[in-house]
Amino acid sequence: MTHWIGEKLNALFSPEWAAYVGYILAGLAIIILVVVMAVVSIYLERKIAAFMQMRLGPMRVGKWGTLQAFADVFKLMLKEPLTPAQADKQLFNIAPYLVLTVSFLAFAPIAFSPSLQLWDMNIGVLYITSVSSMGVIGILMAGWASNNKYSLLGAMRSGAQIVSYELSAGIAILTIVMMSGSLSVSGIIKSQADGWWIFKGHIPALIAFVIFAIASTAELNRAPFDLAEAEQELTAGFHTEYSGMQFAMFFLAEYTNMFIVSMLGTTLFLGGWMPLHIGNWDAFNQIMDKIPPFLWFFGKVFISLFMIIWFRWTFPRLRIDQLLKLEWKYLLPIGMVNLVIGSIITWLGWIF
Amino acid sequence: MENIIGSQIIQSSDDEFIINVGPQHPSTHGVLHLQLKLDGEKIVDLKPFLGYIHRGIEKMSESLNYKQFIYLTSRMDYLSAHINNQACCLAIEKAIQAEVPERARVIRTLMAELTRLASHQLWWGSTGLDMGAVSPFFYAFREREMILEIFEETCGSRLTMNYCVPGGVMNDIHPDFVRKVKQIIKQFRDNLHEYDELLTNNPIFQSRTIGVGYLSREEAISLACTGPVARASGISCDVRKKEPYDAYDRVTFDEIITTEGDCFARYKVRLEEMKQSMNIIEQLIDNIPAGEYRTKIKGIIKPPAGEYYQRVETARGELGIYLVSDGTNKPYRIKFRTPNFSNLGALKPMSLGGKIGDLVAIMASLDLIIPDIDR
Amino acid sequence: MNAAKRYFTSIFKAIVALLNGMKLTGSYLLRPSKILTQQYPENRDTLYIPERFKGRVFMPHDENNEHNCTACTLCQLACPNGSIRIIAKNIEMPDGTKKKVLDQWVYNLGSCTLCQLCVDACPSDAIVMDNAFEFSVYDKSRLIYNLNKPGSRLKEKKTNSQV
Repeated sequence: MTHWIGEKLNALFSPEWAAYVGYILAGLAIIILVVVMAVVSIYLERKIAAFMQMRLGPMRVGKWGTLQAFADVFKLMLKEPLTPAQADKQLFNIAPYLVLTVSFLAFAPIAFSPSLQLWDMNIGVLYITSVSSMGVIGILMAGWASNNKYSLLGAMRSGAQIVSYELSAGIAILTIVMMSGSLSVSGIIKSQADGWWIFKGHIPALIAFVIFAIASTAELNRAPFDLAEAEQELTAGFHTEYSGMQFAMFFLAEYTNMFIVSMLGTTLFLGGWMPLHIGNWDAFNQIMDKIPPFLWFFGKVFISLFMIIWFRWTFPRLRIDQLLKLEWKYLLPIGMVNLVIGSIITWLGWIF
Repeated sequence: MENIIGSQIIQSSDDEFIINVGPQHPSTHGVLHLQLKLDGEKIVDLKPFLGYIHRGIEKMSESLNYKQFIYLTSRMDYLSAHINNQACCLAIEKAIQAEVPERARVIRTLMAELTRLASHQLWWGSTGLDMGAVSPFFYAFREREMILEIFEETCGSRLTMNYCVPGGVMNDIHPDFVRKVKQIIKQFRDNLHEYDELLTNNPIFQSRTIGVGYLSREEAISLACTGPVARASGISCDVRKKEPYDAYDRVTFDEIITTEGDCFARYKVRLEEMKQSMNIIEQLIDNIPAGEYRTKIKGIIKPPAGEYYQRVETARGELGIYLVSDGTNKPYRIKFRTPNFSNLGALKPMSLGGKIGDLVAIMASLDLIIPDIDR
Repeated sequence: MNAAKRYFTSIFKAIVALLNGMKLTGSYLLRPSKILTQQYPENRDTLYIPERFKGRVFMPHDENNEHNCTACTLCQLACPNGSIRIIAKNIEMPDGTKKKVLDQWVYNLGSCTLCQLCVDACPSDAIVMDNAFEFSVYDKSRLIYNLNKPGSRLKEKKTNSQV
């Protein structure tokens, strides 16, 4: 399909212009994708939460409540965007956009299917992790610029949490990168052509998967690690003072980050767009091959999304010191030992 | 930085934070205003401010006659509304020395135990909610909803029932009452494992409540704490055992006492109390004596002049009603000794030196109902 | 060595307990038949309201537009917060004597606490608690109304006694 678009563009414009128009179209496509995914995931989260709690969820707006997200966005647009009196105006206004931009940037190297990848750079995974680390700046900016001691408390806690858990997430990612031998996204997916890493790299990959799941849930500031934005604690976190569209930006950024983390996890551990092949069952493999790759990809992403949502509605919250203790005393040591074991196993060739 | 509220302000030095919790607060147990002095994350001082929901129940009762002021007490500790009404009726019956038929006694006891069960279920749900787990709230309300439907069928209202009158109960029980109560008990026993799976065995919940908010036995006695708060610190203070009233002298049940005194101990005590309530209901439900459900008290109630005191065990502790009568048809003075007022005093010693996150866990385990404190 | 063993067993037990909790909520997700909430305005036909539900005070009239209220004002005396006001009038009887009958039974639904003391106090079973529950109005004064219908009168008793 991308070839078809490429040909049409080349027919219409001169080669450089065709490239530029192509880039703009690709950017637009990403934005639309993000918006659609956010709406879908908001709806999914509310419905799944409702069904787990024996109730129905949104039912009134649109059939079965499908247009609820649009109604919420419309309401948020109509709200008055207040800036507190002594807040730092530039920082206050920039913070939501920074967080959102960072989330969009991370979509570049993700491969939705063999032909749908925006930019296959050779350090794709490193790019994603480093770009999403910049989100912390936005959060700290928001907390500081609000001129509100509650927001500052919340932002500090949130910042500490995100920075700590990035270590464990990074080590888990490093395990897979080491096993597959390349940092680029397409390289990792190609190395899973004979089986997903979660099956091929048995124990080290499994432990790395669990650590990655926990660490990325903590990076998203989602339950059970959402102390920074919980209503039941004293503060509503770094986004207390934001209302209207700026709050919607933070909200959107959280859901987009959820997607990025799911996509990263899918790419690394669950095979990206690779279909599920079981050994030598040729008939089964042929059927699996018939399903288009981007359906495989989105199916796996939605499964990981579902797991993240499931965590949120089942577990109580951890206190900030327990959160940090979990990271520094449990996840990081286990992650590092796992990395060493994984490297030994790879060197000895004991993976499938 | 000074906060001027009333005449008592917390003085602060420059490097300490003063934060107000409430009176409007999402983890609301009512309108409670706490002023905390924080040093980083640690709580250094704590001062509660009351009176946001003071409605003058005791003063209003002085202008109503003895049958009329009972409905006001339902609104004090609204989760044990029936038990509050029962306390008033018992006090009045003690004053005028009325005979209450056996059937009415047993019905009142059954309703009281059902109220206690419903109150503890709501407590469990809101504990989960305060800790951050939203789903237990809905599971608790499913069970509570069944009990409230029983109340609706027999008494007419779900929360403020006004079902006890001096002399008995207002209507006879609905024909479906016995069957439905048995159904509820069976269903609740089957569902009780869910309570354990969701919160009790959850390592996150345990790490937030074990060792948090320790209240020693001596301190609990000197603060006059009653109810599960005191029983978790090792004090045996169940009024149903010490001075049995209504039908409590003919049922057998255990008084749950533990000695750890932390939040998890209070949690376990209340869970066990739910099971004991079910035992009491099962013992009484098949043996409701036949007969009258009310003795008509002729004329206007005019107790002889004097002072009368009655204590009952609400879901939160010991409620005492002190009735002073001067011989007319309106009480001269009514004073309520409410359990939540004394239990609030335990908040400060338990939370000093802890963190803010612990404060939420402690308040959830104390199970305070603020309208009961302010009346 | 013991510390290491405890470290790993605690992790293991924690994971098992957490998975148990997830299993519970997951099982509710897969059982939509357990959903308890009802969609309110659409389910009015199948709504179950117990007959004793206290919705408001109501004075039943029979087919001849007659009620049982003798204007004895016992309900007004029993009401704890003054939601009832009885206005009586004197009418001429055929044999010349004056009788006090009910003119207006004014009920303030806005301040009524639904405590049932008035129903309890009535000696002639004139009022009952009705189980209607949809009373929203835009103007608070519309919550104060008369319980007796216009043109209604006291039902004649077969015997001469009043009680």
